[in-house]
Amino acid sequence: MSNPALDWIGTTLTAARPRAIAALLRYFRDLDVAEEAFQEASLRALRKWPEQGPPRDAVGWLVLVGRNAAVDHLRKQRGHVALDADDESALPDPDSGETTLAERLDDAHYRDDILRLLFVCCHPQLPVNAQIALALRIVSGLTVAQIARAFLVSEAAMEQRITRAKARIGAADVPFETPGAAERAERLGVVMAMVYLLFNEGYSASGGDFERRVALCEEAIRLARLLLRLFPAEPETLGVTALLLLQHARMPSRHDAEGQIVLLEQQDRSRWDRRAIDEGLALIDKALRHRQPGPYQVQAAIAALHARATTAAETDWAQIERLYATLERLQPSPVVSLNRAVALSRTAGPAAALESIALLAKPLDGYFYFHGLRGALLHQLHRDGEAREAFNRAIALAGSVQEAAHIRAQLETLSPTP
Amino acid sequence: MLYAILCYDSEDVVHAWSKEHNDAVMDRLGAVTSRLAAQGRLGPTARLMPTTVATTVRKGATPLVLDGPFAETKEQLLGFYVVDCDSLEDALAVARELGAASGTAGAHEVRPLMVFNPSTLGEKTPA
Repeated sequence: MSNPALDWIGTTLTAARPRAIAALLRYFRDLDVAEEAFQEASLRALRKWPEQGPPRDAVGWLVLVGRNAAVDHLRKQRGHVALDADDESALPDPDSGETTLAERLDDAHYRDDILRLLFVCCHPQLPVNAQIALALRIVSGLTVAQIARAFLVSEAAMEQRITRAKARIGAADVPFETPGAAERAERLGVVMAMVYLLFNEGYSASGGDFERRVALCEEAIRLARLLLRLFPAEPETLGVTALLLLQHARMPSRHDAEGQIVLLEQQDRSRWDRRAIDEGLALIDKALRHRQPGPYQVQAAIAALHARATTAAETDWAQIERLYATLERLQPSPVVSLNRAVALSRTAGPAAALESIALLAKPLDGYFYFHGLRGALLHQLHRDGEAREAFNRAIALAGSVQEAAHIRAQLETLSPTP
Repeated sequence: MLYAILCYDSEDVVHAWSKEHNDAVMDRLGAVTSRLAAQGRLGPTARLMPTTVATTVRKGATPLVLDGPFAETKEQLLGFYVVDCDSLEDALAVARELGAASGTAGAHEVRPLMVFNPSTLGEKTPA
């Protein structure tokens, strides 16, 4: 928004967006209609709010105005004599019926509405990238141009990806009945996974500029907090929010001025975001009280141990190793085992760690980090010839210039080829 | 007379603020509080962490610990404490103790502070 005095309207619309579109989706059962209805309501807000000030219940206002505008539009399309869409006096005053509206749109309703909206974006037939793009477009309200920049694709390509994703959802059955407890838990799990992937898109992406990647991470945190407000007592929702905050806190120190990767050990911990860490630690404390461990909570607990160590040397690797062992049980995957090996190299030494990853050679043969770790362990064991081979393999698999540069720097520390 | 001034706003909106917007708001608030501090009129101030970090201890024979903020409109805010605690468990124990000491119904919401500025009031106490 160009006028800073009207910034508050933009912020209010952004904040209201997930709840408002979710409620409109329930009315219209059509994503496009819901989005257009919100768009129309936003335009009217921009016209009316500067003089009237913000309504007490912005979401309620937007839902009612959007719904009326869309109903009117649909009627016109069908050729009925309709209300004049521009004559606002013909619309019921959204502020007058505030109490009843607020009651109708109570939190229980909102909860399933928002969960449904997010769940619709996570349709299993959609590739993960499309799920994330759709959530960013519809739920967060990022422009196609913004999303395209974040994913390093052209605007036209992103437009197409989003249009296709919407068409696929339109053709599929959207579950509009109120979900039962088991179904709700399942939906929440799917949505949390998408939010986590969205975060990783920003966190792990090596390309693209820093600002855009931070914006993706912040958007993921906003969605996680939204989920947590709806499900305040879900240990895994507490866990995923804590995890995102704790990882995000390290964002400022993960790359040096030249954009090169800085490993956790070498990071300047004074640059970590203390506020995000404190919030993350407080959330993981809450989660652990439930004594229902889950993968996000365990990962958050690991991140918390790193965050609590004032220096790299103070890191409680033994506890981290135990937590990775728990994670291996809860969510077995070669990548988790690889991470456990990193901790193991600290507690039991490089030989034990190398032995523990022997079985991972096959499943992780095409994985950059596997060969990077293997090279580092071999180097620690003074087997530089084999280390060189592993590092070269890692460079071939590097996903970015920075990753390759990071391994090259390690290659240089090896003793010269005999 | 000392007055407490309590801030209410939508968390959804505050979380949608950009960093620049947040910094600008904090600067403007800082201008107000600095003036009050210079006049020796500013007591302790705090910014709370989001309600998602809150835990509520409902008073009773067996106090009930609930995730989330205190949300009953039929009970009113009577006061607050700022206590240094090692952990959430520690804070909940203090809340239980306060609950037992004050009896009746009601609840204590336990919420970590994001920012805390100690008082500039010196020895001044409420009359």
